[in-house]
Amino acid sequence: MSLRRPSKEQPENFDFNSASLEAAKSIIAKYPKDKQQSAVMALLYIAQKQNSNWIPLAAMKYIGKFLDMPYIKVYEVATFYTMYNLAPVGKHFIQICTTTPCMIRGAYKLVEACKEKISENENELSKDQSCSWMEVECLGACVNAPMLQINDDYYEDLDKEKTLKILDKILTGETPKPGSYRGRLNNEPENNRKTLMDLKNA
Amino acid sequence: MLKLKVNEIDIEVEEGLTVLQACEKAGVEIPRFCYHEKLSIAGNCRMCLVELEKSPKPVASCAMPAAEGMNIKTNTEFVEKARKGVMEFLLANHPLDCPVCDQGGECDLQDQSMFYGVDKSRYKENKRAVSEKNMGPLIKTQMTRCIHCTRCVRFATEVAGVTEIGAIGRGEDMEITTYLEQSMQSELSANVVDLCPVGALTSKPYVFEARPWELKKTESIDVMDAIGSNIRVDTYGWEVKRILPRINEDINEEWISDKTRYACDGLLNQRLDTPYIKYNGKFEKASWNEVFNIIKSKFKNTDKDKICGMSGDLVNMETLYIFKEFFNKTLSSYNIESRSDHTYLNSKKRENYLFNSTINGIEEADFILLIGSNPRYEATILNARIRKAYLQNKTQIISLNDVGDLTYPYESLDGDIENIKKITEDSHEISNLIKKAKKPLIIFGQSSLKTKSAKYIFESVKSFLKKNNKMSDEWNSLNTISENASTVGSFDLGLYKTVDGSNEVLKDLENHMFEIVYLLGVDNLKFEKKNEFIIYQGSHGDKGAEIADIILPGAAYTEQNGYFTNLEGKIQKAYKASFPPEEAKEDWLIINELAEAMNHRKLFNDKDELDSSLLNQINLFIEKDKSIKSSTVENIEFKQEILKVENEDYYYSNAIARASKTMLECKTAKVNLKLTGTEG
Repeated sequence: MSLRRPSKEQPENFDFNSASLEAAKSIIAKYPKDKQQSAVMALLYIAQKQNSNWIPLAAMKYIGKFLDMPYIKVYEVATFYTMYNLAPVGKHFIQICTTTPCMIRGAYKLVEACKEKISENENELSKDQSCSWMEVECLGACVNAPMLQINDDYYEDLDKEKTLKILDKILTGETPKPGSYRGRLNNEPENNRKTLMDLKNA
Repeated sequence: MLKLKVNEIDIEVEEGLTVLQACEKAGVEIPRFCYHEKLSIAGNCRMCLVELEKSPKPVASCAMPAAEGMNIKTNTEFVEKARKGVMEFLLANHPLDCPVCDQGGECDLQDQSMFYGVDKSRYKENKRAVSEKNMGPLIKTQMTRCIHCTRCVRFATEVAGVTEIGAIGRGEDMEITTYLEQSMQSELSANVVDLCPVGALTSKPYVFEARPWELKKTESIDVMDAIGSNIRVDTYGWEVKRILPRINEDINEEWISDKTRYACDGLLNQRLDTPYIKYNGKFEKASWNEVFNIIKSKFKNTDKDKICGMSGDLVNMETLYIFKEFFNKTLSSYNIESRSDHTYLNSKKRENYLFNSTINGIEEADFILLIGSNPRYEATILNARIRKAYLQNKTQIISLNDVGDLTYPYESLDGDIENIKKITEDSHEISNLIKKAKKPLIIFGQSSLKTKSAKYIFESVKSFLKKNNKMSDEWNSLNTISENASTVGSFDLGLYKTVDGSNEVLKDLENHMFEIVYLLGVDNLKFEKKNEFIIYQGSHGDKGAEIADIILPGAAYTEQNGYFTNLEGKIQKAYKASFPPEEAKEDWLIINELAEAMNHRKLFNDKDELDSSLLNQINLFIEKDKSIKSSTVENIEFKQEILKVENEDYYYSNAIARASKTMLECKTAKVNLKLTGTEG
């Protein structure tokens, strides 16, 4: 984890669209009057969602004005948390879990697939500027390892081939089906064994 | 009171203190980096660890409230080991560049590592490096040295009131920076240099100039504004290298403004070092005798009513006093004035031009009304106090004008003097606020005293306060922010000529009634010269010297001992730290010698005689002033007018500041920031 710096290329302006504005207002309403600054983290996330998964400086400034707090305070929060992206990551933001359980189950194969399909390095935009990938820490889906996350969706029980297919679909603009790619429902046990009751030493 | 033990010594302390403060009361010094008396408690450096009985772990004493029956130990092996450990971590990423660091010799980390540090490093890994940050023309950064005490962040947020410094990133990657590396928009910004316990933030104009132990330190008084901040002047030979604040809880606490601190390089430039005479529009060097002879013959051949003397903004009281004696006794002239613009002055009683509530009193005030004032530029330190009062008591603050960001929220009216009329006639909501307040604070700025309706504004508000018993011995709510360091001193010594408060000498001067004008350090005079013969005495070749026919080179405030009365009426002495350049002389001496040249009689035999005579005069004046009953002037004609608050360029307000390169840089940095539109 190194210091994440704001991108050199920044858009001039940023404004919440109507959907974001509504979401922001409903979050601010949760806090007492004059304590609206508490909503800064949620608002940064809303801004990130609206702006293809990254937060430009203009958005931080906008949020600072929106919540009546100094810019530096917003900037501090945005640079502190690693899940705020300060540079463009593409419309499809791919996060590959490489923490131990996924790693043991072959997460680096998924990384290879991303290197082939998207870009040589982490946090680098694909040729058509639509995707980027990065390695992240545990995403909490260890039972379905290895897995990756694209925007809000989890893609689980992957291997290199399946990943390549998913990435192909993404690059052509389709939305692949999220969830397990070995036909599991959520994280149910495989082989139809629903309980451990019939296992002798369980 | 709490009873507790520090190193087995029983002490009693007030409630609400921290363990660290309790230890200090017991005379035990605790090492610290992040803790600072004037800032909030952060507790992140961990240097102040102490042992507490019944606590298995060492405790950060700065953040731990003292409690009844505590048994604190600071000299055990346990404590020593803990501090050693903390120090080792602090030094793990701190570069070993003390030989090229400006903080060397006055560095907290250096000093404390001598006491608590280990002599060897076990850290074999690469040290972290942090890129330098741009913090404007005053603060040089070397962020690799930063130990993340966050004193600067807390200072900017709490005291200066500009939340522009922050800590970005996290963990090992944490960095202190201003927002997008812009310079800090505060007139108190350079205080972070003093606060920084290491060499991360150092003074840019002073970079690699000198080592602290090479400098001669002189405790003195500042003259950049009327506050009279207590300063320490550090000199190396003739040069004033830097100016630092001294603690005075009644005036400047621990802070000084950037102008106070950095205008000192103006003392090296544009200096008048020898007498000059103007021949055919060109200045030529002359000797003291020559200029005295010319002045003598000029004075001799001129009607005494055609002579006037004006005194400037940085002149000490000894000089003012002897200047007045020279005019009254040697020249028998009474055309003498210290105001260089049409400021209204009610000289009947001292309270009419003082900041009567005192600077400390601001913290007790429960309502503040600013009339034609921008205290941020007129008296930066005082503005910091108002902010402190606001933070402590949420004091309600109203300004007659919208004067921009004052670092605290305030309500503003439209600047119409009609408002004053309504307030004083009891038909404005503010009238009730003033009446209701136990300790209201009404502050007149210079802008309000320079308007045409100045007399109306001042006198009507005063009689309103008087009527409502807001001007008593316990609490006098009438306050004026004087413009310059010598303003109050000049008024106390009677350097004005007025019947109804107007500036008569200046009026006559503008009508070209005088033949000889003696300017004593007057540089802010707006005056078109015609046929007047102008004698200028001062330290800098500035606006005053430009129009002069004869220049008498004087000394600056760091080059002579001198008294200054600050805006509260406190008399303080500035000490000589350096000496006047080349032929230049101390100001009082020039006038004394001129008097001798005029009629073979010195006004005073020596400085001691002058000093004691001056102090006598002042003491008598103050005694007499106490016996005068405060009076009000009624029924002044009201004229509709919009009050405008116009401040002179903050960084360019006097001759020394105008000669300073650093002040010019500050000014350009501010202008540039405005131009890019990134300020808001």
